[in-house]
Amino acid sequence: MAVTVTEIEQQSAVAPARSGRRRRRTPLREWNWIGGTAAWLWLVVVIVPIYWIVVTSFKSQSGYFASNPLAPPTEPTLENYRLVIEADFATYFVNSVIVAVGTVVPAVLLAFMAAFAIVRGAHSRFLRWVNGLFLMGLAIPLQAAVIPVYLIIIRMHMYDTLGAIILPSIAFALPLSVLVLANFIRDVPKELFESMRMDGATTWMTLWRLAFPLTRPAVVTVAIYNMLQVWNGFLLPLVLTQSPEQRTLPLALWTFQGEHGVNVPAILASVVLTTLPIVILYAVGRRQLLSGLTAGIGK
Amino acid sequence: MTAIASGAPGRTGRRAVAPDTRDRVLPWLALPALLFFVVFGVVPLVGVLALSFTTWDGIGDITFTGPASWREVLADPQLPHGLWVTFQVMALSWLVQTPASILLGTFLAGHQRYRAVLAVIFFIPLLLSSAAIAVAYQALLDPNFGLGAGLGVDLLVQDWLGEPHLAMGVIVFIVSWQFIPFHALIYQGGVRQIPRSMYEAAQLDGAGRVRQFFSITLPQLKYTIITSSTLMVVGSVTFFDLIFVLTQGGPGDATRVLALDMYKRGFQANLMGPASVIAVIIVLTGLGLALLLRRIGGASNPAASQLDGA
Repeated sequence: MAVTVTEIEQQSAVAPARSGRRRRRTPLREWNWIGGTAAWLWLVVVIVPIYWIVVTSFKSQSGYFASNPLAPPTEPTLENYRLVIEADFATYFVNSVIVAVGTVVPAVLLAFMAAFAIVRGAHSRFLRWVNGLFLMGLAIPLQAAVIPVYLIIIRMHMYDTLGAIILPSIAFALPLSVLVLANFIRDVPKELFESMRMDGATTWMTLWRLAFPLTRPAVVTVAIYNMLQVWNGFLLPLVLTQSPEQRTLPLALWTFQGEHGVNVPAILASVVLTTLPIVILYAVGRRQLLSGLTAGIGK
Repeated sequence: MTAIASGAPGRTGRRAVAPDTRDRVLPWLALPALLFFVVFGVVPLVGVLALSFTTWDGIGDITFTGPASWREVLADPQLPHGLWVTFQVMALSWLVQTPASILLGTFLAGHQRYRAVLAVIFFIPLLLSSAAIAVAYQALLDPNFGLGAGLGVDLLVQDWLGEPHLAMGVIVFIVSWQFIPFHALIYQGGVRQIPRSMYEAAQLDGAGRVRQFFSITLPQLKYTIITSSTLMVVGSVTFFDLIFVLTQGGPGDATRVLALDMYKRGFQANLMGPASVIAVIIVLTGLGLALLLRRIGGASNPAASQLDGA
């Protein structure tokens, strides 16, 4: 379970440098034609729609109706992107950034403090109970809680604000974050804590100066994963906000589609624009994210 | 410094941090997270049960009306229909995703040349929001101007979202499109952990690769299958965004899954009582299925042992 994709990738990166005999010992040394065919087939299934989305977003509306859908645009145009940006997507983008950062930063910091306490205080009955609660929390689906959350937000007079999305998002990001971070903090050697203690460090200092830097890869993983979740979140913005000024990107996408139903190239341009930031984030933190996902979920 | 090298995070050696019994600060560190989670996670979970015994239009006062909402929902033919549709989405997408993910995961676990490139591209669907995927597929599947019509392939020119059984198929396809990469990654990790010596022994005994797959790979993946299936099944009970944007539960009520039924009753018809009843049923269904899979998986489920060790 502790073997992560990152480690595997590092191992496999080393593998070609080793002798040929080593490679031959891998279980799948021959060309796996069943799996290989499936993989290439699946690649087509994944790539064709994505390619179509990107290509079409650069076509004019008349070009879209006239041309072969898979052919690149004869006269590429940025007109669709201009239309989308003029439809206040900048506002929605800023809203999404506020919600994402406003959720992820507190969620990761709070989860780290809780995970640290759970690992270091495993003898405390209270902290064992807290740990159990967060583990149970993994099973609470957002859908099931959304009606009472709506009630709480109304009673807090926060309906139709970005804070209404942020507060429950933090709460629902915590269980998995605590689980993953605790798994990594547990691997910090106890000698380090002891020696730091002897040097007179407080708990607070061992938390931020020792555990936090040593588990930074896990922290980044958890942050990216939560960012992805919140950026793509739909239900909470749908239920907890109302006015166009508070829309986040997925919701804006949906309403934009409702207003420009026939203008397919423009709709697809909006799909590309809302996805682009997360693709960039993914490109930057790919290895981190994959390792964290597999390590967090188990074997 | 040797200690750091030998016990660096991520290594398998579980040289656990010694718990600090004297530290009185630790419980306070957990408190902020606990507070957030209790207010927005635990209280709502209990609250939804309480709300299911009330009448509330979402704006005005909440009045206790006892089991009226429960009686109403349980007598409504929409409930068995919603359960049936939810079950269909779950079962069909499990049947599509599991073999495909195992196949792809096993393939990706090898050391072939294109693996890294494939792994990058495979992951892309997971980055798109369900709303974006639904919006894009709606345009792509359009019978008049979509991909099929544009290419002139008659087989692809169907009223995909207008025919009940086709709409169900489309949802299962898109769910698989979105999540097979994720589960393939889980299986990739699982296959990588199977000891190579088992394959070497099998090869000495003359077992072919198909035989090896069914006699070694598949049995060894048992717990990975349970983990992946649990995520799939519990995930599909709460499926909402994609279906909401794609079909709104239609045509008719053909794709009105439980989560959508809850939203429509609660936030469109302003019947929060019956909507809460559906929410409770969603929780119970998800929990029941998770426990069932856990039972099938046995006590040595890695997730279970992980929980014990925590």
